[in-house]
Amino acid sequence: MTATVAAPAATAPVSQIQVRRRWTQHGLLFVAPFLLIYVVFLVWPTVLGFRMSLSSVNIAGGNNELVGFANYAEAFSDPRMWHSLWNTLVFTVLSTIPLVLLGLAFALLVHNLRFLQWLWRLSFFGPFLLPSAVIAVLWLQMIYPPDYGLLNGTLGTHVLWLGDPDVAMWSMVLTTVWWTVGFNFLLYLAALQSIPQHLYDAAAIDGATAWTKLRSITLPLLGRTTGLIVVLQLLASLKVFDQIYLMTNGGPEEATRPIIEYAYEVGFSGYRIGYASAITYILFVLIVIVSLGQLRLLRKREEALS
Amino acid sequence: MTKRFSPSQIILLVIAAALAIVWIAPIAWAVATSLKPEAETTKLPLQWFGSELTLDAYRLVLATGGIVKWAINSTVTAVVVTFMTVLFSAMAAYGFARTQFRGQRVLLVVILAGIMVPPQVLIAPLFAEMVSFGLVDTWWSIILPQVAAPLIVYILYKFFQDVPLELEQAAFVDGAGRWRVFFTIVLPLSRPVLAAVSIFTFITTWNNFLWPFLVSTDPNTMTLPVGLANVVQGTFGLRYAQIMASVVLAGLPLLVVFVLFQRQIIRGVAHTGLAGQ
Repeated sequence: MTATVAAPAATAPVSQIQVRRRWTQHGLLFVAPFLLIYVVFLVWPTVLGFRMSLSSVNIAGGNNELVGFANYAEAFSDPRMWHSLWNTLVFTVLSTIPLVLLGLAFALLVHNLRFLQWLWRLSFFGPFLLPSAVIAVLWLQMIYPPDYGLLNGTLGTHVLWLGDPDVAMWSMVLTTVWWTVGFNFLLYLAALQSIPQHLYDAAAIDGATAWTKLRSITLPLLGRTTGLIVVLQLLASLKVFDQIYLMTNGGPEEATRPIIEYAYEVGFSGYRIGYASAITYILFVLIVIVSLGQLRLLRKREEALS
Repeated sequence: MTKRFSPSQIILLVIAAALAIVWIAPIAWAVATSLKPEAETTKLPLQWFGSELTLDAYRLVLATGGIVKWAINSTVTAVVVTFMTVLFSAMAAYGFARTQFRGQRVLLVVILAGIMVPPQVLIAPLFAEMVSFGLVDTWWSIILPQVAAPLIVYILYKFFQDVPLELEQAAFVDGAGRWRVFFTIVLPLSRPVLAAVSIFTFITTWNNFLWPFLVSTDPNTMTLPVGLANVVQGTFGLRYAQIMASVVLAGLPLLVVFVLFQRQIIRGVAHTGLAGQ
């Protein structure tokens, strides 16, 4: 790299050697501030969390003795852990499918419209910008109430959206899809805009219909984007907590309680921080597996680009 | 294809309008409820407008609630997190992309691995750490863990690798030091990507719930989402117009920002969302 410096040392105020030294100067100092915060607030808690998951520590820091893998053994024989893990997986599957498909559908629709782009973007992406507490309070207080809520009032139905254990999870999915589909919509929209127009022009000369263009140009070229969106969506859904905790508190009859909420209850209401850590680390393993899939997709993408 | 009002355009337009109405309806309902007199908020059959339009609910919420204080807390913490994250991540990314030092490769791998660690998994140990630092119920307990964002370092690292070296080399030859080159040449050159990651960081911090919720028990340090969640479980009882006024006030800032900076926000989210494409 340094060999390409063109200016002759004699005419320049600094020598070649000094220029070379500048390249290697201060490297660690640039990294140091981030590294300090990263080690204290991410690396160390990751290690500490694992240490805590092997101990019987309570929230006050007392009773901090190692118990080996007892917490994990307890978790694997705890029906409430399995139930909340199952809820998390059900939520993940039920939410990921419509979030990806609707995101794609909205993007295709808006991409092909020539009017009022800003309005469609604001409508579909707007809810994503609202904090989870706003979403939860709005749906809990004014949309889902069985008597005066907007949903039953408009549809003329009498569904117990949050009170019926068979319905509540679907209601969580509905709110979540409404709230976050805008993110996938934007990612798909960006991907659609990067498809070169000349591909469509060439197809038009060959007399291709809109349907053929969609099937043989657009969708194949969105393949890699779809892979990434699915992985990002799986990761986001596995970590679900806010809206469920705030709207149903995991109920009714624990029908919606996700695993993070169970860990929160065990650790922060039940004071068993050690056991709570073990529960979150079980989820952690699942998330790492999905993340490794993401890394593989990113690498494939880079290979394809270069 | 070139005709603006072709039949297919009209069909698409109708579909889009119908979907947009459905998508806006919940927010419109919140606004409509907040403008009704309190006694009419749960009247049946449902009506979008009450007997009069009134701002009473907003007046009461602003006068009695903590919403202004929480908005200040949210703004301060989100601005500080964004500033620290972008500055420190840019420095670190530049350090990895452009300098050499001992242990560089190992450190980079450690940082990239951190992308896989979700903050939700660390609630227990992080909370224990905050207790031992004595930082619970302070702004710093909300701010510091959110600055440790390895994804931003990765995105900027990728970006700096693609910046041409010539400009920096010319500056070195003219006698500029490392830091001056970074602050006067590299950072200004990276304005678009810095704007993208800033917007992304600001939105996620502003909307973050779980962590600020865990570390603030004192209403004076609560952020807007945490304060709002607390209020609904507590003091407001069943005053729906006021609750919806709070919802509108809490949701409004980012929607206004979005309308003003739509292009930048879309680019920021799309770019950062796909992890530095």
